Amino acid sequence: MTTRRVFRFLDSRTGGGSVLGKALRYVFPDHWTFLFGEIAMYTFLILVATGTYLALFYEPSTAQVVYHGAYAPLRGQEMSTAYASAVDLSFEVQAGLLIRQVHHWAADVFLAAITVHLMRIFFTGAFRKPRDVNYYVGLTMLVLAVVEGYVGYSLLDDLLSGMGLAIGNAVALSVPVIGGQLGSLIWGGRFPGAPNFFGRLFFVHVFVLPILIATLMAVHLVLIATPRHTQFRGRGRGERNVLGTPMWPAYALRSLGLFFATTAVLFALGGLVQINPIWQWGPYEPWLGTNGAQPDWYLGWLIGALRLMPSFDVVIGNYTLVPNPFWGGVAFPGLIFGFLYLWPTIERRWTGDRRAHNLLDRPRDNPTRTAVGAAVFSLVATVFFAGAADRAFVQFGVPYEDQLWGYRALTVLAPIVVFFLTRALARRLRESGAHPARDSGARLVERPGAISRPTSGRS
Amino acid sequence: MLRARRATVAAALLLGVFAVTSWANPPTAKGPAAARQLEAGRELFEEHCSSCHGLHGEGTKGQAPSLRAAGEGAADFYLRTGRMPLGQVGDEPLPGEPRLDNAEIEALVRYVGGLGKGPPIPKVDPAKGSVGEGMELFTESCAGCHAISGKGGVAIGGYAPPLDEATPTEVGEAIRTGPYIMPRFSASLISPAQVDSIARYVQLTQEPEDAGGFGIGNIGPVPEGLVAWLAALVAILLVARLIGERLGGSRADDEAEEPR
Repeated sequence: MTTRRVFRFLDSRTGGGSVLGKALRYVFPDHWTFLFGEIAMYTFLILVATGTYLALFYEPSTAQVVYHGAYAPLRGQEMSTAYASAVDLSFEVQAGLLIRQVHHWAADVFLAAITVHLMRIFFTGAFRKPRDVNYYVGLTMLVLAVVEGYVGYSLLDDLLSGMGLAIGNAVALSVPVIGGQLGSLIWGGRFPGAPNFFGRLFFVHVFVLPILIATLMAVHLVLIATPRHTQFRGRGRGERNVLGTPMWPAYALRSLGLFFATTAVLFALGGLVQINPIWQWGPYEPWLGTNGAQPDWYLGWLIGALRLMPSFDVVIGNYTLVPNPFWGGVAFPGLIFGFLYLWPTIERRWTGDRRAHNLLDRPRDNPTRTAVGAAVFSLVATVFFAGAADRAFVQFGVPYEDQLWGYRALTVLAPIVVFFLTRALARRLRESGAHPARDSGARLVERPGAISRPTSGRS
Repeated sequence: MLRARRATVAAALLLGVFAVTSWANPPTAKGPAAARQLEAGRELFEEHCSSCHGLHGEGTKGQAPSLRAAGEGAADFYLRTGRMPLGQVGDEPLPGEPRLDNAEIEALVRYVGGLGKGPPIPKVDPAKGSVGEGMELFTESCAGCHAISGKGGVAIGGYAPPLDEATPTEVGEAIRTGPYIMPRFSASLISPAQVDSIARYVQLTQEPEDAGGFGIGNIGPVPEGLVAWLAALVAILLVARLIGERLGGSRADDEAEEPR
């Protein structure tokens, strides 16, 4: 009743009723894996909201100050205004630490949600025509989100993030031929950069990248709705229809529930579990460092690649054309993202299937694609875990060098083994029709003659 | 209840006074008691140390260093942290439970100290130090291996142990004697007052200020990533799964595929 009244109110005043009506009748297919992207979207909303609050208090300045704030061990230490404002934000601003922690947890979960969403899209073939364009939009958002996260935690200018920027600088400088210019362009000179470097970072973090991501997100949503959602095969479902729940009054409320759940989890973590305690790391200076420094998880695969890469530069005469950080810091992510961007084209060329697809494959329906995806994933996962090898050494005592060589071997072996295993498994599942998580595969079967002698008479 | 608590407090006070007085007046190294201790130390040395370090602490080439310049500081550190006696020649001395009891360690330390001129056991008083200065010094000289949070890590050619259980005296001993691959810092590099400050900071890392809640090990992004994936994302995915199942979900699809 109320809905109808609001609808008429808006329609008579804006004439937008037909668009609104269409939106309210939009049909969402029913499958829980379709919600992965929504989790990312809601996390982004929380990031914008908490980030706005943080931006009120953070000062992006490298000007040196002496700390006199609430955290005693830092009193009297010299530090940048940026770091001091982040510590003040944590200890002296109302709810500052809570909001900062929610922001940081949300960033970690944002990237995680995008990752599982990407896997759903990849392994079900949702990237196929006509949605390949939207797939590229999504991938670009992932790249931007990784950069946004890195820039975000670099703003704090604590010991950990300062080391992260130093590594980023080394990677930028390692780009063949143009590396030096690229480094000075971003940093405004030699590391640690021009006095306004944090002003640049801040601008990129709170303006450029969020607006790019938000714009692409809008494009992403429009491009989902225009050719409508994909759906899994099923009774009454075909290439030309879509079965599901309409936006109003059903789906919108459930989606809102997911938003509240996401918010609740992130605030619970932000209030209860500490993340990035910058006051414990202390301020950064270029000559300082700490052992065991790690990036946030979504850069773990890059630190792993930098650590795994054997010492190897391309040197011509006295000129180092390709310095070592290039391999792990630029070439490896370039290779992985290159694969992801090119896969729709590769698959189209390979299979010769140029038709549009609105029905999804289950992973088993296309064993080769599933196996290729799993192999690439196993490569990234191996390199990712290699990035934490020093932690494994401290916690579990596995010798560090042995681990590195083990991981180096695994980067070659794991993709091959995973490819063949996954393909065989997918083929078997396709034939048997069993669901790996739902059916145990146990069936009541009668095998004649299996019991040769009845054991009657014993009790 | 109250009486019991008073008694406990009194006992604790007495113990404290006893500890302070005995610490303030260390047993003098003279008299028959000292001679007996030295003799016990020599016997312990022959039993536990001489097979590698030589009968008189002169060392064995390619096996174990001479202990002539080890001093009481190094001996006390290695023995109290369980690094010595070593199980096997060539092993990296790793911390663990002390192999000898307190009296044995004291005797052995006295004996090794008497072998030559080496650093004594430093007197470290974290209460006199400044935690801020300690943090700065620790960042400059120690964090490169032990990590800023004192949680340890990989060092080139060895293991930089976590400082979770390091006592102030052990911190001072390690600074002055440079055990295993750790560099030695003389008093001209790090003054005794600065050692007090570093020890105070190490105490802070043992009970860090976890203003943000549960500290998940205080080692930064690795456990944070684990929590983000295994707690946060899994919880949200479970909610998604519940919502999805309410909507029909894949079970209906699977069943619909097979005509009945």
